[in-house]
Formats: sequence, C-alpha cells, structure tokens
Amino acid sequence: MFQAIAFYAFSAILLLSAVMVIGARNPVHSVLFLILAFFNAAGLFVLLGAEFLAMLLVVVYVGAVAVLFLFVVMMLDIDFAELKKGSLQYLPLGGLIGLILVSELVLAGSAWVLRPAHLEATASVIPSDVTNTKALGHILYTDYVFHFQIAGMVLLVAMIGAIVLTLRTRPGVRRQNIAAQNARTAAMSVDMVDVKPGQGSGQEGS
Amino acid sequence: MTLQADLLVVLPELILALGAMTLLLTGAIRGGKAAPLVNWGAVALLAVAGAVALCVVPADATAFGGAFIADGFARFAKILILAGAALCILLADEFFATSKLSRFELPVLMLIATLGMLLMVSAGSFLSLYMGLELQSLALYVLASFNRDHLRSTEAGLKYFVLGALSSGMLLYGISLIYGFTGSVAFTAIAHVIGEMGVSLGVIFGLVFLIAGLAFKVSAVPFHMWTPDVYEGAPTPVTAYFATAAKVAALCLFLRAILSPFPEALEQWRQIIVFISVLSMALGALAAIGQTNIKRLMAYSSIGHMGYALLGLAAGTIMGVQGVLIYLAVYVFTNLGVFAGIQVMRRNGHAVESISDLAGLARTDIRFALVFAMLFLSLAGLPPFAGFIAKFYIFLAAMQAGLVIPAVLGVLASTVGLVYYLRLAKIMFFDEPAPALDVRQSLAPRAIMVMAGAVTLVLIVVPLPLVNAAGAAARALLP
Repeated sequence: MFQAIAFYAFSAILLLSAVMVIGARNPVHSVLFLILAFFNAAGLFVLLGAEFLAMLLVVVYVGAVAVLFLFVVMMLDIDFAELKKGSLQYLPLGGLIGLILVSELVLAGSAWVLRPAHLEATASVIPSDVTNTKALGHILYTDYVFHFQIAGMVLLVAMIGAIVLTLRTRPGVRRQNIAAQNARTAAMSVDMVDVKPGQGSGQEGS
Repeated sequence: MTLQADLLVVLPELILALGAMTLLLTGAIRGGKAAPLVNWGAVALLAVAGAVALCVVPADATAFGGAFIADGFARFAKILILAGAALCILLADEFFATSKLSRFELPVLMLIATLGMLLMVSAGSFLSLYMGLELQSLALYVLASFNRDHLRSTEAGLKYFVLGALSSGMLLYGISLIYGFTGSVAFTAIAHVIGEMGVSLGVIFGLVFLIAGLAFKVSAVPFHMWTPDVYEGAPTPVTAYFATAAKVAALCLFLRAILSPFPEALEQWRQIIVFISVLSMALGALAAIGQTNIKRLMAYSSIGHMGYALLGLAAGTIMGVQGVLIYLAVYVFTNLGVFAGIQVMRRNGHAVESISDLAGLARTDIRFALVFAMLFLSLAGLPPFAGFIAKFYIFLAAMQAGLVIPAVLGVLASTVGLVYYLRLAKIMFFDEPAPALDVRQSLAPRAIMVMAGAVTLVLIVVPLPLVNAAGAAARALLP
C-alpha cells in the first residue's frame, strides 16, 4: 500500500517537474525543476530495489551535472527567450515526425515475442544476499573489466581534449613562486638607512 | 581463459594504450619541445603494434568472454589502420613543424584514436563496439578542431561533434532495440537467436537505426552532410587521417556488425545497403564536379568511394567482403598519396587548397604533377592503376550476388566520376600556369606520395598477394 502511494507520488512529481523544465520561463527555475526530477527518479529507483542507481543519480546528476548546468545558465549571458522564439515554428514538423516515430515504435513494440524461458531468467535479477553495489562491482571488475578499462581511456581522451582545446599560456601572468618566496632573506628585502634628523632618507617614499 | 591468455590476445592494443600514456607523460614533463620526439615515438609504437598483431597474437582467438575477437579479418584491418595512422603522423610532423604549431598532444590523440579503431574492428559484441567507437570518435572530434585559433577548424570540430553525437544516439537506440528483441549484445548470441526465432519486426527496426548510425560514421549518403565541412576545416594531415584510417575502421566495423550478427536477415538489410550505396556513388560523382577546393573535392570523392565499398557489403558473400577489403587497401594508399600531395601545395610558405592553384603544374614541377595525376586516375579506377582492380572485384562480387542493376549504376557513376578526376589532370597539364608552388619541401610528404604512386603501379602488376590476403580475411569473417 505504502509502496503504491510512494510510486504514484514520485511518478507524478517527476512528470510534472519534467514538464516544468521545458515550460518554465526562467532558466534557473528550469534547472531547479530538473534537480527535483532527478530526486524523484532516484526515489523510483529505490522503490525498485536499485539503491546503487539511485545513489548514482543523486551524486552524479544532481551533484555534478545539474550544478554545472546552473553555473552555465547563471554565468553565461544567454538570452533564452530569444533562443526559444524560433522553436515554435518548427513545432508542427517536429510534432509530425515525433508522431510518426511513436506510431512506428508502437508497431514494433507489439511485435515483442517473449520466450517463457526469458521470463524466468529476468525474474531473478536481484540477488538477496549481496547489496547492489557489491553485485555490480563483482561483474564490473571481472566480466566487464575490458569495457571498464576502455571507459577509462575515453575519460583520458576527454581530459586531454579539454586541455588541448582550452589551455593557453598567456604572458605576463603573475603566479606565486613559493621557492622564491622562501629563499628571500631579510637582507634582500629590507634596506637599513640611517636617517639624519631633518634631512629625510633621500629616497622617494612609497 | 586466464587473464594472461586474454592479455596476449589484446597485446597490440595494450602496447598502444600504455605507449600513448608514456608519450603523454614524456610530453607533459619535457614541455613544448618534445613534439618531434613524441611523433617518432608514436610511429615506432604503431610499427611495434603492427608487428605484434601480425606475429605474436594467436590466430582466431577471442578474449574477455567473446567481447574481443582477433581473427584474420581483424588482423587485415589492423595492419591497414596502423599503416595509415603511422603515415598520417609523419605527415602531421612535417605539417605542424612547418606552420610552427607543433604540439605533442596531436600524436598522442592520434595514437588513442588508433587504439579505438583497433578495438572497433575486433569488437565481438555491441558493447565493445560502442566503447571502441566512442574512444575513436572523441579523439577525432578534438583532432578536427586541433588548429583552435582557426575559425574553420573549430567549426569543423563542432559540426563533427554535434552530428557524431546524434549518430551515436541513433546507433545506441538501434542497439538497445536489438538487445531488447534478442536478449543479448554478443554477435554470436544474436545470430543464434535470429536463426532460431526468425527476424522479428523489432529486430529490423533496431537494424535500421544501427545502419543509420554506422552510415553516419562512414559518411554514406543520406548521412554525409558533415563530410565536406569537416574535411575542409580540419588540418590537412588530420583530414588524411579521417579519410584513411578512420574510414577503414568504420567500414570494417560496419561489415562485422552487419555480417556476423545478422547473416539470417540478409534480405532485410541488403535493400537498405544497396539504397545508400547507390545514392553515395551518385552523389559522390555528381557533387564533386563543381567543387573549387581540393579538400572538399576529396570529401565528395570519399563519399563516392564509400558507396562502391558498401556495394561489396550488399553482396553479403565472401567475395563481396574480399572486394571491400581490396578496395580499402587500395583506397588507403592512394588517398594518403593524394593528401600528401595536398600538403605539398604551398606558395611562399602558405598552404593553398584551391584547385586553380594547381593550374599548369606540369610546367613548373613535372614530377609532382605526374605522380598527382597518377593517383587521381587510380582513384577514378582507370585500368593501368590499382583503383581498377579494386572496382573490378567489387562489381564482380555484386554481379555474382545478383545485384546487376546496382552494379550497372555503379559503373555509370564511376564513368561520371571520371569527369572531375580528368578535369584535375587537364588543369594540371594544359591550363595556363598559376604562380609556381614552392619546390623545396621537406622529405616526408613527397616520399609518401612516391610510395603511394609506386603501390598503385605495383598492385596492378602483382595483385595476388593482396587478393589472397583479403580472401583469407574475408573467409575468417564469413565462415
């Protein structure tokens, strides 16, 4: 009973906030609704018993991606109203293409034939004695270690690419040089001057 | 299978990955002056990886639960890819040293892209296929916009990235449908399920999306729009890399991803492949005629060539695959020669890319003009050059598979294509000379041109080693 209530609550808020993401006039509100949608999707994952995915959704999407969006929206001066202005004229054509795709998908979906053996095979996905995280780890670092390592290479390329395309060494940038600071002695930085009364030091003061 | 045995099978890839990281560290520690060292290190690594792939890796082995296949087909493709990549790095070394833009990241990114290509041609499941493809694509996006202060280069990178991401989305959507309707991502398991249960509508649906995504990667016709802009905008050696190694990898991936999981669905996918193949041949022949920029012209030429190669796939026979592999081998070397020639085109130290800059080249630099014209005629498929053998095997395979009308259309398209290749020769030999191009050039591009020209001549005299190797590779893919 409680599960059903929670499911409908999460789903309803998820759908509503998803609509608001595209509907909101203020882009900052859009991002905030996106975060709300992520949280509710995480709730749905918890109801399914996939607590690791729920955690991942919150940590990665809310913690990193959504915050990044927020930064982009607030720091870049993009006139979203201007961007949206043209989008309405593509609505009929886009809607038509979407409609065709959906009807084709329904056709394809109706062709779904399930072997009885498949139903049994999919019924035992959640092992009860290990946690999600542990079960995923067992597979990821054994059967799928090859793919895992390639994913690491992909991330390396992303890092090199970001540096290659954006890093510029500008002249005249003043950086802190700790070694030079530590090597300074009193003799190098303080000049002792014996000043006679009424004559001044003879140097331009700062 | 033990981990050691698995690692032996992926040894060439392992060498490339570790070597690329070592070179990256070398470059990062030694700073900007390390570029020539890293370039030569990368070429040496590619050579070692090629030797290992040829001699050390056991024949017909799989690793990591079937995710990685090292058969004769993969080996043939890997040798082509590694050779193409090594020559492109040599071109890049000369190109960027001349324009004073040398950076050590370029060979490292090319190495990692090559690693992705090797993984693509060895993929045994849709999961490893996608991982390899993304590794390659991501590195290529960065390479396209490598000349980041140049408007056209950044535009090329951005266009390639947006359209590449779109095509990856379509590919993934197709893969997910195929997974949903067959219950597996492994090629052998999918072939088994389809053989047992027949081709369902859902699988065909997934297949269409899969082919659309792959057609993007090989720039076949309804999905070719990015090619001219990217080819024109990217730095010349990077364009050469796109046109050679990347095309071999994408097309071999196309062959494996269609032929090994869906042999039972031949009738279904053949009509799609024939359609995009004929369209590519036609567009490649017609759209290239009006071009004024030689890199754009090569882009349309490569679209056309992909059309011819896809005709071999449409045949779906061992002979068809053999034809595609011969075609790719000839295409890689001829194209490398042409792009080396484009790189030689400099006037007063500045690179020029317009076709009119070639006018009357025969009178100022006859040797360059002769080799260049020879390469273009080989691309056109005229008899005394290797391009003829390549087209001959493709059309023969298509005829034997009963695809008579597409083969006839292909012959017509290559006749139309002759127009612009011959126009180039006419401009070089008979037009009023444009101001002379620089004659003194460094060695690498000219050496590569001469080598490519020699290959096109040698292959027509002794084609058998290549034909036999391609035949063995094709039989490894289609048992």
